[in-house]
Amino acid sequence: MTTPAPTSGRTFFLRRQDMIGIAILAVLLMVVLPLTLDNFRLQFVGKYLTYAFVALGLALCWGYAGILSLGQGVFFGLGGYCMAMFLKLEASSVENTKIQTTPGIPDFMDWNQITALPWFWEPFRSFGFTTLAVVAVPALFALIIGFALFKRRVGGVYFAIITQALAAIMTILIIGQQGYTGGINGITDLRTLHGWDIRTDSAKTILYFVCVGLLIACILLAYYVKSSKLGRLLVAMRDKEDRVRFSGYDVSSFKIFVFCLAASLSAIGGAMFTLQVGFMSPSFVGIVPSIEMVIYTAVGGRLSILGAVYGTLVVNWAKTSFSESFPELWLFGLGGLFIAVVLIFPNGLAGLWQTYVAPRLGPLFGGQARRAAPPPASEPVAPAVAE
Amino acid sequence: MSSHNDGSDNFSSTRRRLLKGLAALPAAPLLSSTALFSSQAFAQAPATSAVNTTGLAVTDTEVTVGILHSVTGTMAISETGSVQAEKLAIEQINAMGGVLGRKIKFIQEDGASDWPTFAEKAKKLLVNDKVAAVMGCWTSASRKAVLPVFEQYNGMLYYPTFYEGLEQSKNVIYTGQEATQQILAGLDWVNKTKGAKSFYLIGSDYIWPRTSMKIARKHIEAHLGGKVAGEEYFPLGHTQFNSVINKIKLTKPDVIYCAVVGGSNVAFYKQLKAAGIDLNKQTLLTISVTEDEIDGIGGDNIAGAYSCMKYFQSLDNPNNKDFVAAFKKMWGEKTVIGDVTQAAYLGPWLWKMTVEKAGSFDVDKIAEASPGIEFTKAPEGYVKIHPNHHLWSKTRVGQAQLDGQFKVVFETPDLIEPDPFPKGYQ
Repeated sequence: MTTPAPTSGRTFFLRRQDMIGIAILAVLLMVVLPLTLDNFRLQFVGKYLTYAFVALGLALCWGYAGILSLGQGVFFGLGGYCMAMFLKLEASSVENTKIQTTPGIPDFMDWNQITALPWFWEPFRSFGFTTLAVVAVPALFALIIGFALFKRRVGGVYFAIITQALAAIMTILIIGQQGYTGGINGITDLRTLHGWDIRTDSAKTILYFVCVGLLIACILLAYYVKSSKLGRLLVAMRDKEDRVRFSGYDVSSFKIFVFCLAASLSAIGGAMFTLQVGFMSPSFVGIVPSIEMVIYTAVGGRLSILGAVYGTLVVNWAKTSFSESFPELWLFGLGGLFIAVVLIFPNGLAGLWQTYVAPRLGPLFGGQARRAAPPPASEPVAPAVAE
Repeated sequence: MSSHNDGSDNFSSTRRRLLKGLAALPAAPLLSSTALFSSQAFAQAPATSAVNTTGLAVTDTEVTVGILHSVTGTMAISETGSVQAEKLAIEQINAMGGVLGRKIKFIQEDGASDWPTFAEKAKKLLVNDKVAAVMGCWTSASRKAVLPVFEQYNGMLYYPTFYEGLEQSKNVIYTGQEATQQILAGLDWVNKTKGAKSFYLIGSDYIWPRTSMKIARKHIEAHLGGKVAGEEYFPLGHTQFNSVINKIKLTKPDVIYCAVVGGSNVAFYKQLKAAGIDLNKQTLLTISVTEDEIDGIGGDNIAGAYSCMKYFQSLDNPNNKDFVAAFKKMWGEKTVIGDVTQAAYLGPWLWKMTVEKAGSFDVDKIAEASPGIEFTKAPEGYVKIHPNHHLWSKTRVGQAQLDGQFKVVFETPDLIEPDPFPKGYQ
């Protein structure tokens, strides 16, 4: 079992180096990148950051609680689709769709001979409901899955396989029900949010900052969960589940909670993705994107909350620049990167940082807490390094 | 970024190969006005400030265009042909003096069979590289993903695939057929020559097959006095067709009308054959199998089936002979050329002619000048851009042969008008 770092150097729920880490990330995202990148590249970063929400959820769910979900794309997609439904309804005003057989419904419904808006689309006319649904629908879905599986003590590899199957099922469902979901094309051509044109450069810049703000808030939430008693129980569960159970804790409830939390975080990312990119499609829901999201977390270091964010940025940046430079070879480069991560630094960027960089920078980075105790014990993540 | 270098490296190595091929080509009379290899052509080129008022990537000697297809992922097998055709067209245009005295340089991006990546790359090409036009996309989903980008940043897209229609944009030229062009003539033909009255409709489950089947059903029921014996859709990548094949055996339709795409095709035709359905006796008309697909299906599994397209590699006309020869010279003897590959080849040519007619690279002027552009050297014969930005073209029916080629058995006498929003078919 891990003991928390001594209370010295800890304010509220953050250790000093955590605060510095978050502050550096905030400055990087809020000041450095907007000043150094042009609008076009900044919008890419905004898009990458929406995946960081998923990676954040995975760091909690997988890194800390040991529950590997290969279906986070499902929740990303649910959040994204909720937002897309709202935006699509706004874009499908009677005026915009007057060439259709049935004006006033989304264009893809009209192509599929649907003549009235399905009942489950109706509530998405309300922005309040949509915002709630973005967080609640995936959480509810995760609750049902979590309840069904964790209560029966399904875990480990079996859980991972089932979540992967879910991702496949969800994709097939969305593609098959194209009259209601837009099918494989997804929900495209989203235009305005309450009359505010989200396609303009200025709107995208504003959305970028909203996205960064939300991400920082979610990071703080993740740190809060991590440092709470619950967080320590999660780590304990990961390392010796039976012992926690024999101590009288209801292990499955904690697992359900962290799975739901990761689902909601992913969904917030999905909703921000839809807003910034302007469409949502089943290609984010399936197995491949879900696994990619696990890779982001692995590259960043699954035991580090901030690492997950950096991992997402680095992998996506590499993906974009490799593919621009070598359109026919880039996948090999990316594959090489992943193999290198697994073989050479299994704890990802965060592991590299902690092993090589942080010890040198220790004093500069207010490493009092770090210095106060011997390095392995000061990090809650340390036990797993040995894995 | 360094993609510029990458693109032009490709370019010069292929150009050498191509120039050899071009030597065998007769000079295209159409292009004689600019068909000067010498630097004289460049000297005559109009000033950049006059032909480019919107800040596109046009210099005194060069103009940059984008190529945006999937060269990785599941769609790579289909889209590679389009990339090859576009590169060939660009090479040929450059060898004839370029466009308004400027060589075409291309930047290639990979859509990676992933729709958001297409949107990202489209934006990169338009915003960062400021390309004058983009040749690209294949699936409807990728087009739908990039369309808002092209409309927002006012780019020009040449889209090669036959598709479901229901779309028209100032910023897109559709060089493939829309659904009614491809479907109606084929159905009329099979009705007339085979006396077909009952049809079994089978498709992959997405927008193009569904819209196509909707049009087919209306036409069969309202105009041919026939009936639809069954209509079924299968998820993309589906490989188990036994249940539908049993239903076909029970209902005995006159025609199996088919829009199954991609890898599913291989399973479908093999299982048809295994179930003892002889395509020389049971009429099958498909709108989704080109020479490229037969490469995977195998000629012996599909021989006898009919396919309805606007182009077949075996078309017998001088334009096509030159095109096939040049294509094979550049990309190898074994390559096959399908309908979409030919349509992709039209893109750079149509763009070049439009630029020359407009006397400008400006997208607005190109959009305006496009209607009425005629391409007499098209491998499919002759095409002309309609005011709705689709092409007037002929429709043909080919019968699949054992060697993977099609024998053309029918050709509409006239060009068919594109009608992306068909009245009475929605």
